[in-house]
Amino acid sequence: MRKIILTLAIFMAALAGSAVRTPVYAQHETAADLVDGERAFRQTCANCHGPDGDQIQGIDLGRGRFRRPMTDADLVRIIRTGIPNTPMPATQMTEEQASKIVAYLRSRAATVGAASVVGDAARGKTLFDSKGACASCHRVNGSGSRVGPDLSAVGATRGAAELQRALIDPNADVQPQNRFYRVTLKDGTTVEGRLLGHDTFNVQLLDNKEQLRSFSKADLRDATFIPSPMPSYKTTLSAQELADVVSYLSSLRNR
Amino acid sequence: MRLRIVAAALLLAAASLQAQSQVTFDRILHADREPQNWLSYSGTPMNQRYSGLTQITPANVKNLQLQWIWQARSLEKFEATPLVIDGVMYTVEAPNNIVALDAASGRPFWTFNYTPAPEGRPCCGRVNRGVAILGDTLYMATIDAHLLAVDAKSGQKVWDLVVAKAADRYSMTASPLIVKDKVIVGVGGGDGPIRGFIVAYDAKTGKELWKFNTIPGPGEPGNETWAGESWKTGGVGVWNAGAYDPDTNMIFFGTGNPAPDWDGSARLGDNLYSDSVVALDADSGQLKWHYQFTPHDELDYDSTQVPVLADIQFQGRARKVMLWANRNGVMYVLDRTTGEFLKGKPYVKANWLDGFDAKGRPNRVKFPSKEGTLIYPHVHGGTNWAPPSFSPRTGLFYVASWENSGTTAIEGQFPKAATANNRQTAMGQTNLVPFFNDDTEPFGVVRGFDPQTLEKKWEFKMSDITWGGTMVTASDLVFSGGRDGYFLALDGKTGQLLWKAPVGGQINAGAMSYSVNGKQYVAIAAGSALFAYALP
Repeated sequence: MRKIILTLAIFMAALAGSAVRTPVYAQHETAADLVDGERAFRQTCANCHGPDGDQIQGIDLGRGRFRRPMTDADLVRIIRTGIPNTPMPATQMTEEQASKIVAYLRSRAATVGAASVVGDAARGKTLFDSKGACASCHRVNGSGSRVGPDLSAVGATRGAAELQRALIDPNADVQPQNRFYRVTLKDGTTVEGRLLGHDTFNVQLLDNKEQLRSFSKADLRDATFIPSPMPSYKTTLSAQELADVVSYLSSLRNR
Repeated sequence: MRLRIVAAALLLAAASLQAQSQVTFDRILHADREPQNWLSYSGTPMNQRYSGLTQITPANVKNLQLQWIWQARSLEKFEATPLVIDGVMYTVEAPNNIVALDAASGRPFWTFNYTPAPEGRPCCGRVNRGVAILGDTLYMATIDAHLLAVDAKSGQKVWDLVVAKAADRYSMTASPLIVKDKVIVGVGGGDGPIRGFIVAYDAKTGKELWKFNTIPGPGEPGNETWAGESWKTGGVGVWNAGAYDPDTNMIFFGTGNPAPDWDGSARLGDNLYSDSVVALDADSGQLKWHYQFTPHDELDYDSTQVPVLADIQFQGRARKVMLWANRNGVMYVLDRTTGEFLKGKPYVKANWLDGFDAKGRPNRVKFPSKEGTLIYPHVHGGTNWAPPSFSPRTGLFYVASWENSGTTAIEGQFPKAATANNRQTAMGQTNLVPFFNDDTEPFGVVRGFDPQTLEKKWEFKMSDITWGGTMVTASDLVFSGGRDGYFLALDGKTGQLLWKAPVGGQINAGAMSYSVNGKQYVAIAAGSALFAYALP
C-alpha cells in the first residue's frame, strides 16, 4: 500500500512540473537515455543553469519549475532553437538528443518531488554524527573515517537529488574512485577497502582500518570489486530525516 | 610441524601488514630506532643522512638492481628527498604536488594536486625538496609561499595558509622542520628585496606561534650592521632544511645572502644575520647564538646548507658539534651548544680569506673591483644546498662538492666565470648535457673528511659538477651522484667506486634508504624520475 502511495506521489510530482504533459518523447526512455540526457545537460545546459538547474531566477529545471507551463515538446523545441532576445541560445542538437535531456529533467523532477520535504542542516548534522553514524566511514573537515569518500565539499559537487539517491540507494551510482574492492590472500585472509588503483600486477587500497595497502596480484587468491558497504537509509531514516541529512550535506562546501 | 606452520603464517601476516601508525615527534626524534623508515628530510633532526640498514654491503652492492621507477609529471628538477613511513613513500612532484607511493612497487596510492599562484617564481627553479610528516599529516612549503597540511592517508588538504606574499617575491622550497607540535619553515626569495624570516606554526591548527626575522629591526642587536634603511630589503632568505638538538631545545637554520647580491655599497656593514647559522629556542624563536660565515657578502655565498649535528671526540674531548661545508668554500666545526667556532678550513680552492681571528671571524683578503678580481670559489660555491652526510661509524663527513670553481668579481655586477667556459658551474637541470671543462676548470668530487682535522681522507672525482648530495649507510656505503647522471655507491672508508647506475638524467637530490618486509631499498631522484634499487 505504502509503495502505491509513493508511486502515486512521484507521478503527481512529475505532473506538477507542467500543466499539460504530453510525454511523446520521454515515455520510452531507457536508463541509458537518462544517463545520456544527464551528460548532455551537464555539458550544455549546466554552464548557465547550474548543475542542479536552479541558477536562473524563476527557473528550477531539476524540479520541473519553469516561468510558464511547458510540454515536453515545448522544451525540446526551446533546447533546439533557443528563446529569441534572451541569453538562451539555439543548439545543434537533434530532436532525439534534446528529448533525452527532457527525459532526464523529468525523471529528476520526479525524484526530487518525492522528497520535497524541507530539510534542516543543523538537524542533519546531528543525524550525520549520531543516528546515521556517517562519520564511521566518511570524513568532514578533518573528522571521521577516511574509508569512504571525504564529504567536506560534497555540497559543491553533488546536487540534492544525487545526495538523496546516494542515501537511499548507495550502489546506484558509485563514482569510479569510490569503488570498493576485496583481495583474498593465499592464506585466505581477506582485505577490503576503497580501491585506489590497480594494474596488471598490483592493487592499491585504503583498507577498512585506514591503512594504505598494496598487493601483488600474484600473491592473491582472488581480487574482486564488491558493493559499496554504505547501507541504505531508506528505512532507517524518515523522509524528514533524509531531507535534513541532504540539507546538511548540501551545506558542505569547504575547500 | 604444526608450530612451523603457525610461525610461517604469523610471519606472512607480519609481512603483508606493515601497519602505518602515527608518526609522533618521539619517532621522528629517534628515527634511528626504526631504520626501515625515513621520517624527515635527512633521516633524523640531526641531519646526518645516515641509514642504519646493512643488507646492502660493500661486498654485494655490485648486485643492486632497479626495482621500480616513478616518473613525475614535471619538467622541473627533482630535488625532493622522499619520506618512507611503514611501507608508504611520500614525495613531491615539482613544483607542489604530493604523491604517495607503495615503497615496494612504486605504484601510486594517491596524488595531491596544488597549483601555485603564477607569482610564485623562485630564482632558480620551481622546485621543492620534500615534505615533512607529523601524526598522519604531511606538510609542504610551496613556491608561492604557502604552507599546506595534507592528510597522509587520503591526500586531502587539511589546511592551507599564506606564509608570505608571493607577489613580494617570497617563495618556499625547503622541507619543513618538525619540532614537538610545531611546523617550522623559512622563506626564500633573498636574491630580491625581501626581509627573510623563520616562522613556527601549530601543526594542528596552523596558528602562528613565533617568528624570527633574519634581519634585526631598529632597536634590535644587529640592526646597526645594515647601513641606512637597507635592512628593510636586505634579503636573507632561509630556503633549506633546519636541524634540532633535543639536548638544548635549539633549532638551527642556515641563512641566505644579503640583497642586493653583488652590490654591497648600499648595505655597508656585516649584514647580520646573512650567511650565518642561527640557533633559536624551539619554543620561543628567540636567538640563542649565531655564527656568521661570510660577513658583508658580495658573492651570493648563501649559507643555506643543511646543518649536520654530530657528537664526536674533538681535540681530546667529547663535543656536540655542528659540521658545515659552506658555499663559500670553507668547512667549519662549531660547538652547537654555545656557537663557539672550533675550526675552519677551506675544503675546496678558496682564496677570499687567509684565516680567522680568535673568535672565528674570517680575514677577508679579496674584494670585487672595477677591473675584476679573481675569487675562488664561484658564486655557486664549493657546494650549494645539496645535503651532506655523516657516519658515526667511520667518523667521516661526506660532502659532494666541486673543485676549482672561480669567478671574476666586478663591483656591482653579476660575477663572470674565471675561465673561458662561462657555463663551468651551471645550475642543475633535468637532462644530460655535454661537458667540456678541462682539468683546470671545475669538476665534481665526493670527499670524506675527518672532522678533527678537516682533512680529506679520500675523494672520488667525477667529471661534471654536482648538485646531488650524499647518503651513508651503517654498512659504510656512500651513495651520491651529480650532473653527469650516474648514481654511485662508494666505499665509505676508502672512496673506492663499488657500483654505478646510469640514470639518464642529472641527479639534483640526496639519496635515502628504507626497507619494506625486510628488503632494503636505496632511492634517488634523477632527471624527472625517482629510482629505487635493491638486491635481487
